[in-house]
Amino acid sequence: MTDIINTLVATVRDVLPIAVILFGFQFLVLRRRIPHLKRVLSGFGFVLVGLAFFLLGLEEALFPIGKLMAQQLTDPAFLGIDVAAISDEVAKHWYAYYWVYIFAFMIGFATTVAEPSLIAVAIKASEVSGGAIQPWGLRIAVAIGVAVGISLGAFRIVTGTPLHFYIIAGYIVVIIQTIFAPRSIIALAYDSGGVTTSTVTVPLVAALGLGLSATVPGRNPLLDGFGLIAFASLFPIITVMGYAQLGEWQARRKRKIPEDA
Amino acid sequence: MKELVKALKESVRDLTPIALVVVFFQLIVLQQPFPELFRMLMGVLMVVLGLTLFVHGLRTGLFPIGEGMAYDFARKGSLIWLLLFAFMLGFGTTVAEPALIAVADEAATVAVEGGMIENSDESHASYAFGLRLTVAISVGFAILVGVFRIIKGWPVQYLIIGGYLGVVIMTAFAPEEIIGIAYDSGGVTTSTITVPLVTALGVGLASSISGRNPMIDGFGLIAFASLTPMIFVMGYGMLL
Repeated sequence: MTDIINTLVATVRDVLPIAVILFGFQFLVLRRRIPHLKRVLSGFGFVLVGLAFFLLGLEEALFPIGKLMAQQLTDPAFLGIDVAAISDEVAKHWYAYYWVYIFAFMIGFATTVAEPSLIAVAIKASEVSGGAIQPWGLRIAVAIGVAVGISLGAFRIVTGTPLHFYIIAGYIVVIIQTIFAPRSIIALAYDSGGVTTSTVTVPLVAALGLGLSATVPGRNPLLDGFGLIAFASLFPIITVMGYAQLGEWQARRKRKIPEDA
Repeated sequence: MKELVKALKESVRDLTPIALVVVFFQLIVLQQPFPELFRMLMGVLMVVLGLTLFVHGLRTGLFPIGEGMAYDFARKGSLIWLLLFAFMLGFGTTVAEPALIAVADEAATVAVEGGMIENSDESHASYAFGLRLTVAISVGFAILVGVFRIIKGWPVQYLIIGGYLGVVIMTAFAPEEIIGIAYDSGGVTTSTITVPLVTALGVGLASSISGRNPMIDGFGLIAFASLTPMIFVMGYGMLL
């Protein structure tokens, strides 16, 4: 019970500056009454209580076991790796860490599907596009991007290749796709990169990065443990634009076949 | 009530993949029993309930107020107030963000280890606080520029690709220790409450200004807000 109250207090503290800015501007600058004030305020209440429960539940159910898993899966004893034997050239033995890549992929996908910020953006996108963008389809596309990104990030930690090579290569792909993708998806695709990494994904992914860089010989957690989140925010941009391009391509192919009227 | 039941069903669907992944790895790959099963089930119940309430509150509270304010600002027609609001929203929501506080603290540890700052509690704390301020200012700046873009109707890719160039150029000059942290700081700045508000603000502005398309012009604020911290943090690493 005290846990619930503590989490609720912490959530209120995080939300307070936002509420002050919103209502301050509303009353002092805009000087307009908020329509359906009661409904809006109760909505704020729902968000606060919901977020507090959500975070507390994650602390109780998901984070301890998820972090423990990340530790156990990166343990050389579990992976059957003789660290001393490969310490000279870990990069050549990158495949020995295959369970790590599988875990990275699956946990990246699953946590992204549950990410509340992404749910919010998907709802909005579906409203704005008049239903042309399905919330579920968008979220799956983003989740695949995160899954690929985090497994590639784990591969990078194992091989010890520089982070910025991957990120800059990813940028180049994004720029090329931007030229060819349908205009209406571009801004949304960029946004889905930024929203994927928050409440649910970050703690687990950070634990994976730190666990991996602590056990792979020659890696330093302080230097190599970072960077997974950057991967997770870059790859969804590529998959979301890809998803739109695929849809457009299919629509064009259908049009080419003459319809029987 | 009907809305809530539907939201509950969706929450269960959204959380099923995580449950499956955890059960698969724990029972089949690692072959270990679940510790404290009852406590975990209680936690799962709270997560489902929390997500349901959150999504319901989004629809009834955060989205309407974000869009309502965007309409009111557009009608008021004062650019200065709108830009000030945009900056404050970005700055205010980021400076207290718990994920950022954690990252800033780790970054200070890295800086001590790399010999960039002296090893004392005081310099550690001031480095971390300076980093937090830097990120918060960069997010405020990003939302401000992003809102200005919506009003002007500039294509979003100019800003983003310009930001990418900034990141690439800074990477060439920044000290190596800061690069990983800088790249990650972009991802952690966008919190669960900021994202719906900022999205509603952008979409609301784009739909209330004539000649703007909410789909093409309304999104993109978050993307820019996750790019600028990378540039600013690398700049911070270079100055100190």
